[in-house]
Amino acid sequence: MGKGIEMDKEYLVLTYADYEGGIRDGKLLGLRCAACNKITCHPMPVCQWCGGRTLEITELSGEGELVTFTVIRIPSEGFEDDVPYIPCLVRTKEGPCVVGRLDYDTERATQELLGKQVKLSGAYTYKGDKFSGGPRTCPVFSLELSND
Amino acid sequence: MRDVAIIGIGHTKFGRAAKTSIELFSEAALQAIDDAGVELKDIEALFQGAALPGFEEGQVMPAGFSAADLNLGPIPATRFEGACASASVAIRDAALWVGAGEYDMVLAGGTEKAVIMGVPFATRTFAMACHAPTEGPAGLTFPGVFAMAARLYARNYDLPLDALREKMACVSVKNHQHGALNPLAQFYNKLGDLKVEDVVKSKMVADPLTLLDCCPFSDGASALVLCAAEDARKYTDEPVYILGTGQGSGGPLSKMGDLTKPASRISSAKAAFERAGLSPKDIDIVEVHDCFTIAEIIALECMGFFEWGEAADATAEGQTEFGGKIPVNMSGGLIGKGHPIGATGASQVYWIVKQMRGEAPKGNQINPVPEYGMTDTLGGDFGTLCHIILGRTKK
Ligand SMILES: [Zn+2]
Repeated sequence: MGKGIEMDKEYLVLTYADYEGGIRDGKLLGLRCAACNKITCHPMPVCQWCGGRTLEITELSGEGELVTFTVIRIPSEGFEDDVPYIPCLVRTKEGPCVVGRLDYDTERATQELLGKQVKLSGAYTYKGDKFSGGPRTCPVFSLELSND
Repeated sequence: MRDVAIIGIGHTKFGRAAKTSIELFSEAALQAIDDAGVELKDIEALFQGAALPGFEEGQVMPAGFSAADLNLGPIPATRFEGACASASVAIRDAALWVGAGEYDMVLAGGTEKAVIMGVPFATRTFAMACHAPTEGPAGLTFPGVFAMAARLYARNYDLPLDALREKMACVSVKNHQHGALNPLAQFYNKLGDLKVEDVVKSKMVADPLTLLDCCPFSDGASALVLCAAEDARKYTDEPVYILGTGQGSGGPLSKMGDLTKPASRISSAKAAFERAGLSPKDIDIVEVHDCFTIAEIIALECMGFFEWGEAADATAEGQTEFGGKIPVNMSGGLIGKGHPIGATGASQVYWIVKQMRGEAPKGNQINPVPEYGMTDTLGGDFGTLCHIILGRTKK
């Protein structure tokens, strides 16, 4: 027999709702793993690096490096008003990558941007559609002034 | 595990269909039944790929209705959903169940009817196979994901983006050449003389991918009859054996590491090779998941046909054509043949079997006929990967 299940145990230390709320408050929240000391972001119920189960909420610096991006010209239904826009992948200074949007002139968004330093500069909230489970928020990044 | 053979194959015309997705599947299934020379009553279970039937026709649970449409009786009929890899995971599971001895003969394949959704809503529903909480609000689309991968590929190997775009365009030119020769292809008799310049100058979808870097939205179905290998020669002189399969799972883009080296694809291909006891040099022909031009290049490297960073040059040099190191997508691939997402994996197997029978369309048949072939199917942004290795002889 295993141990009895603790009905009041919270398995999700940081939910998407709290993570997205953090972004809207200008904070990139993650989880620090007690086992490997690395940071998980966006949230998961276990450490994204080692699977560790003991996690504690922490705030990331919001700084990182632009890994890659694209400029969307033909969008999904519901994103017509945003076109053109720039989804991006950012590797945070703390380690984990996050997907968000890049606040940058789409006509000047060229390959040279890859590897540039970026910083969390805001939040983008998609109003949602019938299928999205409500509104959704992602981080918005801007180029650090030093390299713009 | 027992060995498993493919004894019958069916494939509808790909493109825009007036028939329902269940009618399309029935058409492919009956072709496969007739090709195998078996009876509907011989089928013990149905394994059906279908990615988005709820959004296309308001129909979930299509597998049950397909079994009913074919009057198969109350046999187990299951829908498999792995986005664009749905049919491949259905076929893989079918082979595992037959291999395990639970069934002796089954139908497997897939169906899709995406065109009716129109481009904006189809783009929306396809993007549902991205990670909804994080990639949804970013507004990522499938072309967007592979555009990001293309940029990263260029940076990883220090290629000017314009140079990479020209090499990527060679994938589209090649696959349209073969698609134009394939009577069941969406672009049959079309775009067969495409030029690199046409691809590069086509309408931008997600920078740097243009419309001609992308596969189309499509309707269509494909189906196979699988049986225990020991029985296969009762039905056909030319069984094709499933020698090994692999499947892998990815996750959100942000947890993937290097987008140009997805672990899901590497591990799935490796598993298939290990099961088959073969390596890339043994394979004579492949059908890979060229949903976008860059995707074919990434696939060939992950599967081990080329070293990291070499598949783009190899493609431009003709190494993926007739007489090259490995002929790739001689059916036209997703780009030339069309991509009814729930059916694509079965279509890939269908065209490898056709090659092995020497029945590929004129101009697409490799000579001599392949001894070993392989399929590579990708669902989502590397979320579901599946590989199937086929052979004309058992190991
Ligand atoms: Zn850890």
